[in-house]
Amino acid sequence: MSIEPILQIKDLKVSFQSGKKFLPAVDGINFDLREGEILGIVGESGSGKSVTSLAAMGLIPSPPGRIEEGEIIFDGKNLKDLPEKEWRKIRGNQISMIFQEPMTSLNPLFTIGNQLVEAIRLHTTVSKANAKKQSIELLKLVGIPRAEGILKEYPHQLSGGMRQRVMIAMAMACHPRVLIADEPTTALDVTIQAQILALMKDLNQKTNTSIILITHDLGVVAEICERIIVMYAGQVVEQGDVRTILKNPQHPYTKGLLKSVPNLKSKKERLYSIPGTVPTPGSVPKGCRFAARCTEVFEKCQNETPDLYKLENEGHEVRCFLHTLKGRRDEHAGVTS
Amino acid sequence: MLTYTVRRIFSLIPVLIGMTLVVFAIIHAIPGNPAQVILGQRATKESVAELTKQLGLNQPWYIQYFDYIKALLHGDLGISLRTRVPINEEIWPYLTATIELTLVAIIIAVIIGVNAGIISAWFSKSWFDYAAMVFALIGVSMPIFWLGLMGQWVFSIELGWLPTTGRENVRDPVTAVTNIYLLDTLLQGRFDQFTVVLKHLILPSAALATIPMAIIARMTRATMLEVMKSDYIRTARAKGLRMFWVVYKHSLKNAIIPVLTVIGLQTGLLLGGAILTETIFGWPGIGRYLYDAIGYRDYPVIQSGILIIAAIFVFINLVVDLLYVFIDPRIKYTK
Ligand SMILES: Nc1ncnc2c1ncn2[C@@H]1O[C@H](COP(=O)(O)OP(=O)(O)OP(=O)(O)O)[C@@H](O)[C@H]1O
Ligand code: SF4
Ligand SMILES: [Mg+2]
Repeated sequence: MSIEPILQIKDLKVSFQSGKKFLPAVDGINFDLREGEILGIVGESGSGKSVTSLAAMGLIPSPPGRIEEGEIIFDGKNLKDLPEKEWRKIRGNQISMIFQEPMTSLNPLFTIGNQLVEAIRLHTTVSKANAKKQSIELLKLVGIPRAEGILKEYPHQLSGGMRQRVMIAMAMACHPRVLIADEPTTALDVTIQAQILALMKDLNQKTNTSIILITHDLGVVAEICERIIVMYAGQVVEQGDVRTILKNPQHPYTKGLLKSVPNLKSKKERLYSIPGTVPTPGSVPKGCRFAARCTEVFEKCQNETPDLYKLENEGHEVRCFLHTLKGRRDEHAGVTS
Repeated sequence: MLTYTVRRIFSLIPVLIGMTLVVFAIIHAIPGNPAQVILGQRATKESVAELTKQLGLNQPWYIQYFDYIKALLHGDLGISLRTRVPINEEIWPYLTATIELTLVAIIIAVIIGVNAGIISAWFSKSWFDYAAMVFALIGVSMPIFWLGLMGQWVFSIELGWLPTTGRENVRDPVTAVTNIYLLDTLLQGRFDQFTVVLKHLILPSAALATIPMAIIARMTRATMLEVMKSDYIRTARAKGLRMFWVVYKHSLKNAIIPVLTVIGLQTGLLLGGAILTETIFGWPGIGRYLYDAIGYRDYPVIQSGILIIAAIFVFINLVVDLLYVFIDPRIKYTK
C-alpha cells in the first residue's frame, strides 16, 4: 500500500504554558492521512486529540500554546511556520473542521444563511445570490429538508442534529480535501449519531474528501473508519487498520478501551472503565506513560520508555514492551512470579 | 418586533404613574405649610395664601394629584415661582443644551470606550491592554470637577485653544431652532458658528465622557474576552475568516449586548449628573436650571426637572431593551 498521504503529521510536539513552564500536551505524534480515507483517532479525554487537530488547522491558541517542533505536511508542503495570511487560505478551504459542540458552534446572532454564505464567499469570488444558491445545494447535500427556509433561521431554532448538519455543510462549503471532525456526534443522541456518521461516510464516498474522525467511542470508529490511531497522554500508543485492531488489539490500553465499548449482548452489566485517569501534561511519569493503569505492567515499564514497535501486520504498530520481539514473555513472567 | 415594542411601551405606564406620584409627593414632604416654607418667614399672610391657592394646596391631595396629572397630559408643567413663566416654555433651551452635551459626551465615550475595550481584549496582555486599563482605572476614579478645571487651565488659559465657558460666542449668538446647536448651525450653513460651537463642546463633553468611557472600556473588554473564548468564534476562525472580522463581526455583536445596558445607564446618569460639569463650564443646561431652582426653593421647577430627567431615563431604558431584541433573535421567541 503506497497511496500518497494528503496530510502528514511528523514528530509533532505542542506545549501549553503553565506558569513559567511549557508542558507538552502532544508529545511526538506521527501519522499519515491518505487521500480519500477515513482515519479514526481515539483516546480518553485529555489525550491530546483536539490539540493535534487544532495544530493541523493552525489554530493552537497562542498564548498559551505553541508548536515546539515537528512538521505538518499538507499536499507536500510544510505548514508549521506558515504565516497567518497563508493559513487563512487553507482553513475552511483545503482543510476544514467541525466540532464537538453543535449547540454552541454556530454564532447565535447570525442566520444560518449568513454564516454559510460567509464561508462560501471567503474562498471564492461568487456573488451573494450565487453563494445563496450554493448554500441551498450544500444544505440539501447534508440532508436538510426545506433548505431554503432554514437559510433565514437562527441556530437556536434548529435541533442539535440539524445544527451539526449545518456545521458539516459549512465545512464542506469550499470542497475541502481534508475534513477534521472532532467528536462530531458526542453531544447527540444515538439515532442522530448514526445519521451523522452515515452522512460523513456518504460525503467521503461522494466527494473523496479525506476525513479524520476524532472520538472516544471505538464503536463509532468500527462503523466508518478504515484505520485507527489510539492516543494516550499525548502519544500514539497503537495504530493499524481497523479490523486488526478491533479483533486483535495489542496495547493494554486499546484492550481496555475495547472492553469499555457498550456491548449489546452484555447490556445489563455495568460498563467497564479503565481505572485511573490520563496523566495531565507535566505530571507524565517516567517510563511507560500507561504504567500506572496497566494490568500487564512489569518492571521495565517503570524505568524505560517504550517506542512504537512494528508488528507482523503491515502498518500495525504498538508502543508497549510486551511487543519487543526478544524474550518479552520471560520479562513478563519475571514480574508476575 | 412591533407587538413586542407596543407591549414594552404599555408596560411603562405603571412606571410613569409611579414617577409622577413620587414627584408629586416632593412638595408634600415639606413639613408645615409648603407655601410658607417656600416664601420664607417674612412673607405676608396674603402672599402665603395666594401661593397656597396657586399651588392648589388648599385642596385634598387626591384632587391635587388628579389636577397635576391632567395638567401634565396637556403639557402643562406649572409656573416657575421665580420667573413667573410657564415652565414648559422656559425649560426647553436648558433641556436641549444638556441633551446636546450628553449626546456628544456619550458618543465620545462609546466610540473610544468600545474600541479600546475591543482592542484590549483582542491583544490582551499587550502593552496596549495594560495602558488602556490603567487609563480606565484612573478614569473611573477621577473627580470630574478636577478634570474639568485642569482642562480649562491647560487648554483655555495656558494654550488658549478652547473657550473656557458657555456654549456659543455671545457676540454672535446662534439662531436656535432645535436648540441642538451643532444641528442648527449646520442646517443654517453657518460652518463658522459650527466650529465655534464644537470648540465650546470639547472640554465639557470630554470631562463628562471620562467616567463612562472608562466603564464602557472595561465592560467591553471583559465581555469580549468571554465571547472570544466561545465555540462559534473558533468556528469563524476555522472558516478562514480574518481576525478583524472575527472580532468586529462575530465577537462584537455578541459582546455588545451587556455593554448596551451600561451605555444606557451611563447616559441617564450623565443627564442627571451634569450639574457639576455645567457649573464649571457655565453650560446653560438643565443641571444649572435645577440648581438655581433649588436655591430659590422653586418647587414646581424642581418637580418638573426631576420628572423630565426621570422620563428620559425610562425612555433610554426602553430604547436599550428594544435594541436587545433587534440584536438578539433569541429574545423575541422566549418572551
Ligand atoms: N487552551 C489550552 N490551554 C492549556 N492547556 C490546554 C489547552 N488546550 C489543551 N490543553 C492541554 O492539552 C491536553 C489535551 O487536551 P485535548 O483537548 O487535546 O484533549 P482531547 O483528547 O481532545 O480530550 P477530549 O476528549 O476531552 O476532547 C489537556 O489535558 C490540557 O492540559
Ligand atoms: S509498556 Fe508495560 S506498562 Fe506500558 S502498556 Fe506495555 S505492559 Fe503496560
Ligand atoms: Mg477534544
